[in-house]
Amino acid sequence: MKILIQGGRVVDPSSGFDQLADVAVAAGRIVSIGAVSSDFHANKTIDAQGCVVAPGLVDLAVRLREPGHEHARMLQSEMAAAVAGGVTSLVCPPDTDPVLDEPGLVEMLRYRSEKLHQCRVFPLGALTRSLRGEVLTEMVSLTQAGCVGFGQADVPLPSLKILLRALQYASTFGYSVWLRPQDRDLGTGVVASGPLATRMGLAGIPVAAETIAIYSIVALMRSSGARVHLCRLSSAAGLDLVRQAKAEGLPLTCDVSIHSLHLIDTDIGYFDSRSHLKPPLRQQRDRDAIRGALADGTIDALVSDHSPVDEDQKTLPFAESEAGASAVELLLGMALKWAEADGVALRRALEVLTSAPADIIRAGHAGPRGGAGRLVAGGVADLCVYDPYPEWVITANNLRSQGKHTPFSGYALRSRVRWTIVGGTLAFEA
Amino acid sequence: MLYRRNPQLNKNGELVHLLSIEGLPASILRQVLDTAENFVSVNDREVKKVPLLRGRSVFNLFFENSTRTRTTFEIAAKRLSADVINLDIARSSASKGESLLDTIANLSAMAADIFVVRHSESGAPYLIAKHVAPHVHVINAGDGRHSHPTQGLLDMFTIRHYKKDFSNLTVAIVGDVLHSRVARSDIHGLTTLGAAEVRVVGPKTLVPADLAQMGVRVCHNLEEGIRDCDVVIALRLQNERMSGALLPSAQEYFTSYGLTRERLQWAKPDAIVMHPGPINRGVEIDSDVVDGAQSVILPQVTFGIAVRMAVMSLVAGNDASE
Repeated sequence: MKILIQGGRVVDPSSGFDQLADVAVAAGRIVSIGAVSSDFHANKTIDAQGCVVAPGLVDLAVRLREPGHEHARMLQSEMAAAVAGGVTSLVCPPDTDPVLDEPGLVEMLRYRSEKLHQCRVFPLGALTRSLRGEVLTEMVSLTQAGCVGFGQADVPLPSLKILLRALQYASTFGYSVWLRPQDRDLGTGVVASGPLATRMGLAGIPVAAETIAIYSIVALMRSSGARVHLCRLSSAAGLDLVRQAKAEGLPLTCDVSIHSLHLIDTDIGYFDSRSHLKPPLRQQRDRDAIRGALADGTIDALVSDHSPVDEDQKTLPFAESEAGASAVELLLGMALKWAEADGVALRRALEVLTSAPADIIRAGHAGPRGGAGRLVAGGVADLCVYDPYPEWVITANNLRSQGKHTPFSGYALRSRVRWTIVGGTLAFEA
Repeated sequence: MLYRRNPQLNKNGELVHLLSIEGLPASILRQVLDTAENFVSVNDREVKKVPLLRGRSVFNLFFENSTRTRTTFEIAAKRLSADVINLDIARSSASKGESLLDTIANLSAMAADIFVVRHSESGAPYLIAKHVAPHVHVINAGDGRHSHPTQGLLDMFTIRHYKKDFSNLTVAIVGDVLHSRVARSDIHGLTTLGAAEVRVVGPKTLVPADLAQMGVRVCHNLEEGIRDCDVVIALRLQNERMSGALLPSAQEYFTSYGLTRERLQWAKPDAIVMHPGPINRGVEIDSDVVDGAQSVILPQVTFGIAVRMAVMSLVAGNDASE
């Protein structure tokens, strides 16, 4: 299929290219950006005037609930939600049911997702079997099956000895280890520790749960030489530690969710379970630090942390409800909202959604071929074309995801994805 | 959005559910206390009944075991001539796997007018209030560590009864504030009604510094905490907290924070002593104090019935539909 995208503002954050230009796509690749050769005959022409043409978004945290929810056709709905949000590549954590700890399961997930011809799916393998923190998984076989890294999702490791061994083994082969820093014992609450937790009588998770975990991980990175990606940071103090570790030259990257970027604990309101999230929403000064750190590069990538939850699991008392929110369709809009409010350049807002997360996947070996996360002639044609102007209000009915819960319900967002192209094929058209 | 305004109030700002004292204006608290004054005399009559809730059904839904609170709600409802149905959910549907909201939907279909709810999870009554039919009222009889508003109101009633005016009062709440829904409700009640100073007293494991943000003074020393107080509220120390990482032992707790007759002399001579019950004699409070002249622990229980009658009659009289 040959596609010609005409008249859009083409923004490639990694090169800094930002011009009105035409983009020609053929055979899964970007043929040219700018002047289109006269012998290029498109099957489809996209009028992108007034739109931004960006690399397809790369979301490092999307739960597709597969394996586990095949009966609900969740893979279909969640991948449709992803491409509707302009996401062309996504990383899914291993806490599926069963856990992604065997090559066969990973192959099946990749096979089933590829058959849907929507976005690219990059699974993370479990770091330990069944995420139990006892036995390491077969990381080499899992990588051959398509895993781009290894992690424990939201299940903390029971001991530092296991963590050290896992980091040593993974680093032997150059694999990345993805960890959400949270101490197992201190992290058992449901909201951030602080005045709100105390007032509402909800069990709190102190900032120390995050900082202690980061201290441990960083110390063991030094001795093991492992590359680590920290998932979903939540606190200002945690970011200080990341900043120090990066200054030291350790191979450390990190991300933050759109929820922690925009919300704080008081958004829980009257025990609103839609704000029950992992990590918990913290306080104003944490949010300020997160926003600043995403702008200055301390935080590498912004993720949706898409975790669709059934109605039944959300209509429970706050602490009993399942943590998580549907978010993949909101990723772009929330990034642009942050950039607009904080005066962050569009290039940086798109970088944290495209080239930076793509580099994190690539660092774990089996990343996307060619130039995903970038717009370069000859590179893979993963693109997102969005109109930056229309305003829309987030409601449960507006979401394609089967999970209808988001703490952003009722928020107005600017920008709407019009076309999403994955590997040169039109995956979504509004 | 789910909650555009305080879910306890209708569009006219009237109380339709009692979920927490927090967020209620002082005028509503005073209205409850004033209404309760009228019901105190009902309890002294030969025929202890008024027909205010005749034909209405009050469902006591106790997802967590309680005898005392349930009994006082039952008496209060019966004195208002309501039909009372007691359900120990802890022993029935929840153990059969029925969800909280399914239980509520089923009971609503049985034409309930008021749900009195106790639940072990903070916030559960908010969830129920959001999902009941518009004419149904929800009264929180204690949720997790969050709130126990009728206990808070009966404490306010008791304090007002003995001290008349809140504006010059210093009130100390002693004990396991961290896990206490009663303490939280008392704090909100006292700060809303304008008490001069509210202190919380206990070790750092049970009295976190964050409490200061609720408008109280945090004290870790008993003498500092109850010095020149007008009211001392001792909290029950739950058995499961008495030994472990929060406290080494009941004896050691008593050594530092137990309320004895000698220590009570730090407070004002006319100070009153309150306790939400049930009491652990010799753990948080000495028998001398429980049975002493300054103790108003039994009047609290009596006033509790009048206050619960007031709450039920008030919410039932306010239109909860939009």
